[in-house]
Amino acid sequence: MPTISMTVNNKTVTGEVEARTLLVQFIREHLGLTGTHVGCDTSQCGACVVHVNGRSLKSCTILAVQAEGAEVTTIEGLAVDGELHPMQAAFKEHHGLQCGFCTPGMVMSAIDLLKRHPDPSEETIRAELEGNLCRCTGYHNIVKAVKAAAGGTGS
Amino acid sequence: MAETGIGAAVRRKEDYRFLTGRGRYTDDISRPGQVYAYFLRSPHAHATLKGINTDAARNSPGVVAIYTGGDPEADGVGGLICGWVITDKNGEKAKVPPRPLLAKDTVHYVGDHVAVVIAETLAQAKDAAELIDVDYEELAACIGTAKALDPDAPRVHAEAPGNLCFDWEVGDEAATDAAFAKAHHVTKLNLVNNRLIPNAIEPRAAIGEYDPGGDSFTLYVTSQNPHVARIIISAFHNVAPEHKLRVVAPDIGGAFGSKLPIYAEEVVCVWASKKVGRPVKWTADRSESFLADVHGRDHVTEAELALDENGKFLGLRAHTIANMGAYLSTIAPGIPTWLHGLLFAGQYTTSAIYVNVKGVFTHTSPVDLYRGAGRPEATFVVERLVENAAREMGIDPVEIRRRNLIPPDAFPYQTPVVAIYDSGDYAPVLDKALEMADYAGFEARRQQAEHSGKLRGIGFSNYIEACGLAPSKVAGAIGFALGLWESAQVRFNPTGNVTVFTGSHAQGQGHETAFAQIVSDRLGVPIENVEIVHGDTDKVQFSMGTSGSRSAAVGGSAIAKACDKIIAKGKKIAAHALESSEGDVEFEAGAFKVAGTDKSVSIADVAFTAYVPHNYPLEELEPGLDENAFYDPGNFTFPAGCHICEVEIDPETGVVDIVNWVAVDDFGKVINPMIVEGQVHGGVTQGIGQALLEDCVHDQDTGQLLTGSYMDYTMPRADNVPSFKVGFIETPCPHNPLGVKGCGEAGAIAAPAALINAVTGAIGASHLDMPATPEKVWRAIREAGKAPAE
Repeated sequence: MPTISMTVNNKTVTGEVEARTLLVQFIREHLGLTGTHVGCDTSQCGACVVHVNGRSLKSCTILAVQAEGAEVTTIEGLAVDGELHPMQAAFKEHHGLQCGFCTPGMVMSAIDLLKRHPDPSEETIRAELEGNLCRCTGYHNIVKAVKAAAGGTGS
Repeated sequence: MAETGIGAAVRRKEDYRFLTGRGRYTDDISRPGQVYAYFLRSPHAHATLKGINTDAARNSPGVVAIYTGGDPEADGVGGLICGWVITDKNGEKAKVPPRPLLAKDTVHYVGDHVAVVIAETLAQAKDAAELIDVDYEELAACIGTAKALDPDAPRVHAEAPGNLCFDWEVGDEAATDAAFAKAHHVTKLNLVNNRLIPNAIEPRAAIGEYDPGGDSFTLYVTSQNPHVARIIISAFHNVAPEHKLRVVAPDIGGAFGSKLPIYAEEVVCVWASKKVGRPVKWTADRSESFLADVHGRDHVTEAELALDENGKFLGLRAHTIANMGAYLSTIAPGIPTWLHGLLFAGQYTTSAIYVNVKGVFTHTSPVDLYRGAGRPEATFVVERLVENAAREMGIDPVEIRRRNLIPPDAFPYQTPVVAIYDSGDYAPVLDKALEMADYAGFEARRQQAEHSGKLRGIGFSNYIEACGLAPSKVAGAIGFALGLWESAQVRFNPTGNVTVFTGSHAQGQGHETAFAQIVSDRLGVPIENVEIVHGDTDKVQFSMGTSGSRSAAVGGSAIAKACDKIIAKGKKIAAHALESSEGDVEFEAGAFKVAGTDKSVSIADVAFTAYVPHNYPLEELEPGLDENAFYDPGNFTFPAGCHICEVEIDPETGVVDIVNWVAVDDFGKVINPMIVEGQVHGGVTQGIGQALLEDCVHDQDTGQLLTGSYMDYTMPRADNVPSFKVGFIETPCPHNPLGVKGCGEAGAIAAPAALINAVTGAIGASHLDMPATPEKVWRAIREAGKAPAE
């Protein structure tokens, strides 16, 4: 079985995995970082979004071996010393989550969204979050939270 | 206390763990030595199982065990049960065909359980399952709802001749016929309520674990109602007695009804854990969820509304065929009957109503409850009829509703279909919604849209909802197998903080916050000093769990009752401490005070005294401050509201753009408006999904699920829905201690009718079946002659 090594949430990790192991399986089952979720088997729901080398990525779409040497950030790596990342804080303030299952992927996608669109309109936010399914919130408060985290005018 | 009490938009206590990836869902749990279960499922909708050869699979790497039909029975483990067996109009009970955990002779739907492979890893279990050789003899399948009763339809179960599960009715047929006989106008509609797949984003999962030391079992499971799971797995499946089975339902990633039924996979995991001597874990992948979770809705209805010359509703008649799928899921027969038929009065004074529902079996996944469960289907029929009647008679859709609303002085209101509405005031709800939607300005907006080549429509839905099915004696009378009360335990700890144990399990509804608000409000304790515990049968006493928007009205009321018992006992303790008589002690804002004096003691000090009873009336009173309550409501609660949807349709593409959505709801007293608004957003979005996007489609010959993944089953995404305008009117529920009615399902109940009313209005079509996809809308536009000139 291949041995892989990568940096996850600023820590170097190594593991021996079957070649068919997905990155999300490596994160959840080998590293025990269960904040990254699996909601589908067709790369549609986005519950498994993490950051790989600074870009959001559905961790069910790549093999763990493909992430060899990568810098990975999961939802567990966002808050520093118990203080929420501004996007996490905005989700809490604006009730952008209910059951919490899509939330990690949604937050990771939203952070990447703001990197690319620092002052997004509602339309941009909705279009950009198209790859993340939420069954609880109706997206209303997620959009509100992302807009608040951007802090801009969204015009 | 106002900032954290009832009515405050308190930010949620549970959010920190969810936002930091520290939520604990069933699949996040791993038990030492666990093995993995994979279910081999039928690829056929209907086939005889002629033989199963597992020899090659058993020799596959990592395989621990393989079980097939008959193995559970050999251990005395019974099949799945139906807990709501209704009695139909002929006095006959709904037909309940046997439903083994693993199919024995016949498979009845694509996804039916044929075998379970247990292996060291999930991949190994899947690999081995591919080596199982099943000899199927394919049989003709009965698929379409409308065709199930055809004389030549393939038979699903020998127990149900003609595929008829039940033939149920409610209302007075003769009186309704008489109303139609004197009608000035009759509006008729044939409606399909499309089958939906609930699709909580967390797939179902289960881990069964056997402890030989105590001869006891633990089941970790994605369940809305862990105690119900425990009693059914104990009393009916006979896996273990109740006191030897612990059911833990940790954080649940959405449920919407789909995690209420007891499923084969979870029973098998518990049973198999003892056989293999290791914890057995199963997690559905999404493809399995599509096949093996219960589905929702799936009605075919012929409905008529009789009106007099002034547009007053004289009578309503509906004949529905409700698809139960291949087996009766846990509470399935109650959904299209009692939870459907009782809602046909809507908000109106219609004096004669008759509803007939025929439940039918087909070779499809079982249908049970999904957000709204029966009530969206009823609302769709009523509000579509009302809208079309208004159009046909040339009456404004608002005016026709206004003429028929139940007046505020008529409550409690006895409908012609059993239900007694507790309270409501519907006109102010309608008025507020009209103002928020700027109905007065609609015609100008419509004309403006027309100038730019767009079709604009506005649709109404004045829904009625029924929450918290109750009381238990009524539940029993209509065939429900269990009670419908809820329990709560409010425990002061010696240092003054409070632990609350509730049976109302949460799957995203924010109970940890809303229930803490109730306690904070009632007992004057800071909200951060209140912890809510749920989802573990070893911690929480027997309880009924979450369904039917009952958590606030029933679970919350139980908590309020337990708080009141705390105060009552606290008064005795305080009277002793303050050297006063109990009658002079008042409780306010967290302190017991002697009326007319400055003598007072905080509830935290009273709690300490209760556990350190040095100065305490021990002769008359037990130590401790820990109270239980069981609350069995006197009636359902009946929230109501008005949703107004405005759409703009591009006739070139048929794409429906929702340009405005207004929801004004009367949920009674609102505990946390932020959470309640969130429930409305989510409910409406599921309703929009039903009306525009979602459809569970089977191949009509083979029964294959054609919408078996998110590639084909169109879930609402962020760019499919608008932002919503939500308002509240509060008429408190008169029969529970909090005045709350419930809010979880309302959006899904109201939304489809509002949307289809808007779309058909824009097009000028009399009807359009859901989901109103661009293709259907595009065709309807052309049929209505509204296509733009080429």
